[in-house]
Amino acid sequence: MTWSVSARGAHQPDNTAFTQQRLPAWQPLLSAGITLPLFFCAGLAFIGLGLGLFYSSNGIKELEYDYTGNPGTGNCSLCATEGQGRSPPPNCSCAWHFSLPELLPGPVYLYYELSNFYQNNRRYGVSRDDAQLSGLASALRHPANECAPYQLSATGLPIAPCGAIANSLFNDSFTLWYQRRPGERYVEVPLDRTAIAWWTDYHVKFRNPPLVNGSLKLAFSGTAPPPNWHRPVYELSPDPNNTGFINQDFVVWMRTAALPTFRKLYARIRQGNYSAGLPRGAYFVNITYNYPVRAFGGHKLIIFSNISWMGGKNPFLGIAYLVVGSLCILMGFVMLVVYIRYQDQDDDDNDDE
Amino acid sequence: MEVDVRQMIHPTSEVERVVKANDRDYNEKFQYADNRIYTSKYNILTFLPINLFEQFQRVANAYFLFLLILQLIPEISSLTWFTTIVPLVLVISMTAVKDATDDYFRHKSDNQVNNRQSEVLINSKLQNEKWMNVKVGDIIKLENNQFVAADLLLLSSSEPHGLCYVETAELDGETNLKVRQALPVTSELGADISSLAKFDGIVICEAPNNKLEKFSGVLSWKDSKHTLSNQKIILRGCVLRNTRWCFGMVLFAGPDTKLMQNSGKTKFKRTSIDRLMNTLVIWIFGFLVCLGIILAVGNSIWESEFGGQFRTFLFWGEGEKSSLFSGFLTFWSYVIILNTLVPISLYVSVEVIRLGHSYFINWDRKMYYAAKAMPAEARTTTLNEELGQIEYIFSDKTGTLTQNIMTFKKCSINGRVYGEVLDDLGQKKEITKKKEGVDFSGKSQPERTLHFRDHSLMESIELGDPKVHEFLRLLALCHTVMSEEDSAGQLVYQVQSPDEGALVTAARNFGFIFKSRTPETITVEELGTPVTYQLLAFLDFSNIRKRMSVIVRNPEGQIKLYSKGADTILFEKLHPSNKDLLSLTSDHLNEFASAGLRTLAIAYRDLDDKYFKMWQEMLEDAKAATTERDERISGLYEEIERDLMLLGATAVEDKLQEGVIETITTLSLANIKIWILTGDKQETAINIGYACNVLTDAMDAVFVVTGNTAVEVRDELRKAKEILFGQNTSFSSGHVVYESKQQLELDLGADEAVTGEYALVINGHSLAHALESDVENDLLELACMCKTVVCCRVTPLQKAQVVELVKKHRNAVTLAIGDGANDVSMIKSAHIGIGISGQEGLQAVLASDYALAQFRYLQRLLLVHGRWSYYRMCKFLCYFFYKNFAFTLVHFWFAFFCGFSAQTVYDQWFITLFNIVYTSLPVLAMGIFDQDVSDQNSMDCPQLYEPGQLNLLFNKRRFFICVAHGIYTSLALFFIPYGSFYNLAGEDGQHIADYQSFAVTMATSLVIVVSVQIALDTSYWTVVNHVFIWGSVATYFFILLIMHSRSVFGIFPQQFPFVGNAWHSLSQKFVWLVVLLISVASVMPVVTFRFLKMCLYPSLSDQIRRWQKAQRKERPIRNRRPQSRSSSSRRSGYAFAHQEGYGELITSGKNMRAESPAPTSGLEKMLYNNTSWIENLCKKTTDVVSFNHDKTAKL
Repeated sequence: MTWSVSARGAHQPDNTAFTQQRLPAWQPLLSAGITLPLFFCAGLAFIGLGLGLFYSSNGIKELEYDYTGNPGTGNCSLCATEGQGRSPPPNCSCAWHFSLPELLPGPVYLYYELSNFYQNNRRYGVSRDDAQLSGLASALRHPANECAPYQLSATGLPIAPCGAIANSLFNDSFTLWYQRRPGERYVEVPLDRTAIAWWTDYHVKFRNPPLVNGSLKLAFSGTAPPPNWHRPVYELSPDPNNTGFINQDFVVWMRTAALPTFRKLYARIRQGNYSAGLPRGAYFVNITYNYPVRAFGGHKLIIFSNISWMGGKNPFLGIAYLVVGSLCILMGFVMLVVYIRYQDQDDDDNDDE
Repeated sequence: MEVDVRQMIHPTSEVERVVKANDRDYNEKFQYADNRIYTSKYNILTFLPINLFEQFQRVANAYFLFLLILQLIPEISSLTWFTTIVPLVLVISMTAVKDATDDYFRHKSDNQVNNRQSEVLINSKLQNEKWMNVKVGDIIKLENNQFVAADLLLLSSSEPHGLCYVETAELDGETNLKVRQALPVTSELGADISSLAKFDGIVICEAPNNKLEKFSGVLSWKDSKHTLSNQKIILRGCVLRNTRWCFGMVLFAGPDTKLMQNSGKTKFKRTSIDRLMNTLVIWIFGFLVCLGIILAVGNSIWESEFGGQFRTFLFWGEGEKSSLFSGFLTFWSYVIILNTLVPISLYVSVEVIRLGHSYFINWDRKMYYAAKAMPAEARTTTLNEELGQIEYIFSDKTGTLTQNIMTFKKCSINGRVYGEVLDDLGQKKEITKKKEGVDFSGKSQPERTLHFRDHSLMESIELGDPKVHEFLRLLALCHTVMSEEDSAGQLVYQVQSPDEGALVTAARNFGFIFKSRTPETITVEELGTPVTYQLLAFLDFSNIRKRMSVIVRNPEGQIKLYSKGADTILFEKLHPSNKDLLSLTSDHLNEFASAGLRTLAIAYRDLDDKYFKMWQEMLEDAKAATTERDERISGLYEEIERDLMLLGATAVEDKLQEGVIETITTLSLANIKIWILTGDKQETAINIGYACNVLTDAMDAVFVVTGNTAVEVRDELRKAKEILFGQNTSFSSGHVVYESKQQLELDLGADEAVTGEYALVINGHSLAHALESDVENDLLELACMCKTVVCCRVTPLQKAQVVELVKKHRNAVTLAIGDGANDVSMIKSAHIGIGISGQEGLQAVLASDYALAQFRYLQRLLLVHGRWSYYRMCKFLCYFFYKNFAFTLVHFWFAFFCGFSAQTVYDQWFITLFNIVYTSLPVLAMGIFDQDVSDQNSMDCPQLYEPGQLNLLFNKRRFFICVAHGIYTSLALFFIPYGSFYNLAGEDGQHIADYQSFAVTMATSLVIVVSVQIALDTSYWTVVNHVFIWGSVATYFFILLIMHSRSVFGIFPQQFPFVGNAWHSLSQKFVWLVVLLISVASVMPVVTFRFLKMCLYPSLSDQIRRWQKAQRKERPIRNRRPQSRSSSSRRSGYAFAHQEGYGELITSGKNMRAESPAPTSGLEKMLYNNTSWIENLCKKTTDVVSFNHDKTAKL
């Protein structure tokens, strides 16, 4: 203790730039020569970007229809009142008729939108088992505890896919019919339901459990479907590449939304005659109304939209850019004025750059 | 530590100790501690449990442990367990590593001490043993200059009468030698091993304690009992000096020694930033609880209004059927999520930064004192930024401001001044000269006159001017110096006070060499001729007499009285014929005094035989008298010391340390108030005050308070205040202005409410009264309005009291600097204690927070290191709070859109890593390396120090600004993505407004925004900053892509559900546009604000930075005070620095070696039989110091 003090550090400190705090350094200053041009340039660039964004967003055409079926809002209200409550909704369908006065340029995307639906609620969001969904056989039989109360069925079988998210899978379906001229027969517009999910979701994150004897059904044997489902997960689609955990609708649904109002991709319209878009004419969408939302004040919408270079329609970003850009320029002017006024007083300050 | 453990093992603590010499078996029964010491806390086995236990006693760690436990409850857990455990483990392991390293060094130093060798008498033989194997009851032999291994009972020594000398610097910091004497019965044992081995005395003494000055015990040996006192004990930690050998019996060993018992815990100091930080952390906790409550209420409402209808999809959890209960759970969930407002890494980062700053202090070559190979040392690593906030410096004088080296500078002999030329000599030379002076050879030629350049004195000597001869003869005769020849046959002086040493050495240099003395004679070599004077009487110094005289008979048979003393006293005793000379000498004295020299008047008197005989008889009578002995003796002294003939005066310089004046000037320009607290006399203190520019003639008034009662003191203080206010009519009430000091603007002089400069001088007596509660405020008020306060004649306790007073009432940061044991209390009680590792041992340094080799380094320590530390710490804290508010509050906004469900905005891994990986290093680099202005400019422009004193860089206001900034950023961070992602589709038409993309976008924006912000804050971009800032951003993307990669998902699908997300999101132009917008939107206002502030209200450092930038080599023009030392009518009242009692010791001959002639005089015999002289001596705090150890004594 006491004796070591004198012995310690009896050496002369090293004479290095580091120990002497003389490291060469760049010492930037908020000088007018840098700040003002930066503000003006940034402002102009932002205004430019903002205008671009705004116009391209405005150029996007959207058709949307609220088919929630609140009383007096079209023919879906019938389904809505019938499908109210916890009982399985009957096979009810309704339609949305619309006509396009001119071509809706493609590619056209069909979305469904839910509002007031809290997919981002924590208890909802954690209620899934990614290990099960990634096809791990062990996880298939032993769903994670987070899935509770949709972990085990009433009979004690493991639920596959488990959890609240899977249980609440959106199960309305849509078909689009086109009538070129009035009086003509409606033809069904082919909806491309493939590749609506993210590539990584479809190819990596969601995997079916290994087939047993080449059968997906056997692979899922010993599991129960989620209580709200009418059919087991391996029968979601007849297409073997689109069923089980890799059913694209299911995958899309499982990518939970950030906000309580959200859209999910339902289909693309890009096949055959419709590759250039939806031509003018009359259309109707046939909606199989299954999904109850009125209990919690939610809305269901169906949307046709095309996209621009930066994605879907959203005027916010363009406006925000315009606002920030204008503010930059405004601030630039304020600073310029202040700088010019005070530079005269302070001779030393104005020759930085 | 060990002591405590031992006492736990033996709960019946020792009441008294019985030790038998040379009998280990006997002593073993008592299980006394052996001489092994442990200062280490842990060993390999106990490290983990003890260290963990200690760490979790800290509030922050315990809090995070609590959070961790909360997270284990599934209903509450809003974050996975690793988000807390990873930082916690990191923090705890870092601390553990630091503790382990510290302990390792303690083990090493323990081992080094435990393995020292000492000679122990075992089985009638002297054997070398390690210290740790020394047992209680052993007899050990010590040799000169050895450390004492344990607390010993002195048995015998090489010196006559069983005397031995010890230096107790390690114990109490005093370097002067102390005398210890063995019992006569044991000192007869001498060095006879066989009889020592047969020694079987039993000592019964007090139990181990920490009282250094006290010891009581009884030695029973050969059927008789001898009382033992402190004078018989040599304590561990002392060093044996001037004694060839001695034998001692171990009484206390190892942890029981007084040294170890004294190594108590030092008071834990915290900086004001620390305290502020703790307050803020509590506020933040309050804020967090408020947020939690708001969100919990929100959750309850949401659950009852909305969630209840959402049951189709969102089940009720177990036991949360009630919305109120759900709100309760949500509260805890949000407490977990929002805990990052006070991140665990804050405390660790602060410690790391401080550690870095401490290393910079240790490494600074400009604070390295080459002459002693001493770098500055930050002994505490936790106080650095407080160095940048000092408002008051309390400085010791001797050894701190002065070198405590006296040099004979000038003299006035018979009306003529010698030594004028010296004024221009640099101080550096003086130091080297002093060193040479140590090994003066005793040759006849005065070859070493280097430090006295005026050859006219030499000429006068050679011409044989009788007055000059008489003057030098007096210097060689009238003193209490002991001479001794060292092994090389050179003459070595043991001096009692350095003043005297300077005078005797001066005489020696001019050919009047004091050779030796016996109780009755003094031998002086006068210009080559040995002359022996008969010492007839020794009129010792006392504080009242302020003079000393010797009466000698020279070989011619004349009896002469030589006297030296304070001019004020001596001038009254002069023969009237001296009138002219007196006025001349008086002028010279004034001149000397105004140059800051310590002066003495020199006079002699010729006595005739008859008169002296008569006087001597009266003296003998008086000494034999039983009543009024002292009064009669002093009356006789008065009687003979009159009608003196003035010879002249001497001027000794109490040399200031290098750079003291410049340092003090700079520090006072930095608005630091310097108080000098010294044990010196008022006159000396004032002199030194003038010498080092603390007091100047330019001052409007110097108030001297010397009252003897509380009332007097108060009146004096009030009168002084009236004068002060009288001259400042515009000034209404002093303390109001002072208390609102913090709100004052930075501009210089605004807080100088009192125009003009004042100084206060107060002495110890008055101070004692002034520190009484009702006068206290008067003192403080006046003292704080004065630029300088000099307290003289203060005791160590008073020093601490003064510091406490200012600390208590002024809310200012204080710094105490000192070098001696008497400064320890002050060093411990000030916010910052600085020890000068001077000549007075290590006590001050050991108690201090920083150790410097020289006072002048204080300037750099405060103005550069302190300022930078403060600046960096403030910047660090501002940024840190900003960053974490921006990071965390996003969750708050998100709560309104996720049903208050405690959903996190970010990926759990991001939350885990954000503070410790993605953003920790850039801010650390800024906290360690940032500089606003260079060190040179900091030194040149002391005004830059002021923001620290006024607490401007980080205070509650600043904190709120940071918080507001953080809130703004969090708003931008949340609402821009919110607006942008609303119902958005990606470039390929796929929906991208999903939770994971949202999280990634927000996380990326956050990392970029805070990186841009730190880039903006960093004003000194070293390579390290570049690497850390760019590296952090790169690391973020790297880790992000890894964690979202297929391979990681393949291994842990549960833990990394974000697979593919980074790639998908980051390949969208849209996401980058959002990131860009957020960055610009959150940084633009800051830049604007800073730019406008720099234009409109540029701070001094801004201006200097621009100067620096413009590469102007010219130094900023600051009005440096002219350092004039104008002469004035100041008058040195300096007298001796002696203590009484030495005359007695000399005339008794007790301290002389056997080879000196046997004492014969009756006076001596009387003293010989009277054993009380040694107690007397010790009572009077003997200060024997010998030059051969290059030590000098404190006044």
